[in-house]
Amino acid sequence: MKKILNPEQIDQIIKDLTIRIISETPPGVDIAAIGIRSRGEILAQRLSAQLSKKLGKDVPSGILDITLYRDDLNSPQGTAQPQVRTTEIGFDIDDKIIILVDDVLYTGRSIRAAMDALIDLGRPKAIKLAVLVDRVGRELPIQADYAGYKTDVEPGKLVQVFLSESDGKDEVVIE
Amino acid sequence: MNSELLIKNGRVIDPANGIDKKCDVLIVDEKIAGLGKIEKSAQKVIDATDRIVAPGLIDIHVHFREPGDEEEETIASGSAAAVAAGFTSVVCMPNTNPPIENETDVEYIHRKGRQTRKTHVYTMGAITKKREGVELAEMGLMTEAGAVGFTDDGNGVQHPAVMLRALKYASMFDVVIAQHCQDDGFAGNGVMNAGFHSTVLGLPGMDALAEEAMLWRDIQLVRKLRHAKIRYHAQHISTARSVELIRAARKDALPVTCEVTPHHLLFTEECCADYDTNYKVNPPLRTANDVEALKQAIADGLVDALVTDHAPHLKSEKELEFLAAPFGIASLECALGLYVKALIKPGIMDWPMLIKLMTVKPAKIIGVDKGTLGVGKQADVTIIDPNAEYKIDVNKFRSKSRNCPYHGWTVTGRVEKTIVGGEIRFERNGKSK
Amino acid sequence: MALKKNKQFRWQRKHLLGLRELNAEEITYILDTAKGFEQISTRAVKKAPPLRGKLVVNLFFEDSTRTRNSFTLAASRLSADIIEFTKKTSSVSKGETLLDTAKNLEAMGIDIVVIRHTAGGVPKFLSRSINACVVNAGDGFCEHPTQGLLDVYTIRKIKGTLEGLKIAIVGDIAHSRVARSDMWAMTKLGAEVIFVGPPTLIPAQVNRLPVSVSYSLDEVIEKVDVINMLRIQFERLGGNPFPSIREYSHYFGLTVERMKKAKPDILVMHPGPINRGLEMESEVADGANSVILQQVTNGVAVRMAVLFLVNQAAAQSH
Repeated sequence: MKKILNPEQIDQIIKDLTIRIISETPPGVDIAAIGIRSRGEILAQRLSAQLSKKLGKDVPSGILDITLYRDDLNSPQGTAQPQVRTTEIGFDIDDKIIILVDDVLYTGRSIRAAMDALIDLGRPKAIKLAVLVDRVGRELPIQADYAGYKTDVEPGKLVQVFLSESDGKDEVVIE
Repeated sequence: MNSELLIKNGRVIDPANGIDKKCDVLIVDEKIAGLGKIEKSAQKVIDATDRIVAPGLIDIHVHFREPGDEEEETIASGSAAAVAAGFTSVVCMPNTNPPIENETDVEYIHRKGRQTRKTHVYTMGAITKKREGVELAEMGLMTEAGAVGFTDDGNGVQHPAVMLRALKYASMFDVVIAQHCQDDGFAGNGVMNAGFHSTVLGLPGMDALAEEAMLWRDIQLVRKLRHAKIRYHAQHISTARSVELIRAARKDALPVTCEVTPHHLLFTEECCADYDTNYKVNPPLRTANDVEALKQAIADGLVDALVTDHAPHLKSEKELEFLAAPFGIASLECALGLYVKALIKPGIMDWPMLIKLMTVKPAKIIGVDKGTLGVGKQADVTIIDPNAEYKIDVNKFRSKSRNCPYHGWTVTGRVEKTIVGGEIRFERNGKSK
Repeated sequence: MALKKNKQFRWQRKHLLGLRELNAEEITYILDTAKGFEQISTRAVKKAPPLRGKLVVNLFFEDSTRTRNSFTLAASRLSADIIEFTKKTSSVSKGETLLDTAKNLEAMGIDIVVIRHTAGGVPKFLSRSINACVVNAGDGFCEHPTQGLLDVYTIRKIKGTLEGLKIAIVGDIAHSRVARSDMWAMTKLGAEVIFVGPPTLIPAQVNRLPVSVSYSLDEVIEKVDVINMLRIQFERLGGNPFPSIREYSHYFGLTVERMKKAKPDILVMHPGPINRGLEMESEVADGANSVILQQVTNGVAVRMAVLFLVNQAAAQSH
């Protein structure tokens, strides 16, 4: 097991991402952060808090459950059975720039599912992807607009993200 | 020239004459010619060492479906099944299509039975025309044609006055009136025993009262007519309360007999839990308490006959939803093993008692001079291997139907040879004529 | 990266035959899953893709508009294709049997059969005979599991939990599959169930069920948190279990007058369609305590969850 990010580093990444997002967002356009269940949702909340603070206006955050849009629903899934949970987005996504947030970008399949799920909810002005960890191994033509930590860890390894809200500590490790 | 058949060294059980001993039985032509130590030689000798030599078994309650439903069973297929199971006489129920309700119908059954040359085939006639419970059928003429009793089996005679009339009228002919005790008012459209299981399975229940109320009523009718020459037989009784009613009637010396099936001794209503229609029978499977009461009744000598109520049905019919599938189990071919399992193994009775309830007692109910190995009697003999274990396989049945929940069971007690009228009609592992 | 849970629950049933055979955990899992489906019906695109390319058959051997529509809607919101197959049966089944029909449908490559039948046990029977998933949409008076689920879903949504609630189910218990499914679901989730009706409409050996029985709605109404008024189904009543509709309503109708004795936050439920003025007065059916329309709404979400889960179980058993 190798620790790659500690709490301070994670905090710094959120702050860096916030600055980059603000710098690339045209003024006058509403933005919102939507996180993919379940780590993405926490990161989205942190990001929206930072964005709100820096922009001096409310940047809402929401939770997206992508289970119904997964491409492996009809194939055997081993021990992990995906559980359908709620999507909680308390605002209209039309004409907003949506910062889609996830913990780790790997194959890109979750992001594909998330984009389909988002489109069923409305028509955002743009969807931008922000991730904490960007690891090599894409299976779909998808790239992050805002990536925190980049790694070329080989396939077979597990990148594990722990966040204090759900796991009691902030940490990213490679197992 | 006389034909001679000598059965050597068997355990000869002839309950009618109180015999249970190791000896020989000589058959000359179609009659029993001798019983005891027989030194003479014969044209054919059967070694029956370690075998039971019994009077031919009699089942007074079978459905051979002819005429009308020959796809399910015919008298030929049913008889072949019967003889392979050791039955030398069977009594067909008249609920065929059309029902057996006149002398021509009775003669038809007899003719088909004779042509098949397997077992003796008797029939009961219907009590009422079309088994509708309204007008009496021609019981006199049917008796003359050889009907051995009357029943509307499948239905009970609902109207008390009609039943009273039937019993009265039948007293002219010294013939048994058999009743399928089921008060339709109570039974409703029930398809299984009414109780907890019918409630949770969401199936209409048939209250035990349906059987008991009619049995009670009939016993009152018999009581009223006790000085007439009547005989009343309650078919396939299934509840503890019915047993008590029979017990009370016997105590009063009323001419009431009764019969029990193997499924009412081996299964309870819980068997319906998976909606397996092979457990759909009428009367329905009851509770464990009822099963115990029936076994006790048998132990107490209250039951006069063990019958199969062999009720063959097509696979396609039994593959229907539980509500729509027909009632019945095809069990003729494994009957003996089932009785051994239900009655001998648990120590409720011994072989002589079992044979009594499968031979001389049922013969008496239907009034035929059978069920004994007495010298001069017709030579109907069944040779049984009481220790043979075997697995019931419905696919080997000679019966045309397979609706049998006993498939795959291992039972003990198997028929080896069946001799009907002095002729070997069935031989296991041999040629059967 | 899934959340680490104390216990990994897996839904493993490819058939939903009844609630009697489910445990509390399974029932709760369906309800939790249904929560995720509820919002689909309220958004712009009322459709999600999980059953895309799957074929669902609504095999209805008994009249039903409500349940059938609800299943049709549920299946279409999950992007399944739907065949409607409605057939009236008589109990005398000459000609094509149920099994023939099912085998024929299976030959067309169906994935899920939603079946309603007049005979108890048909879904179970079917599940033994075909490979497709079987979902019971009501069998005789045995079970109506999705109704039971939507009832507990509705109660849980409003009351938070079933634990400790007192629930009256009123009417023709003997011939009600809803009463049975409700009883199993509610008691497994910790509620106390009281069957209320005339003795002639209480089933055999009810004492062996996990419920109590009362013949007096007046006594029961004061103490319950939820009251579920069953529809009097004239076509199922055998004989003459009560003398007249008027007398039935007198003793078992939910009237405005009776409602005055009820707890102020009592939930009034009905599986529909209502015989207004018979089981309940219109003012009660349309009143503030009535959740009848919410039941209908929730029914779609619950049925989506069920279709989704049985398909998941089937996918994983391949």
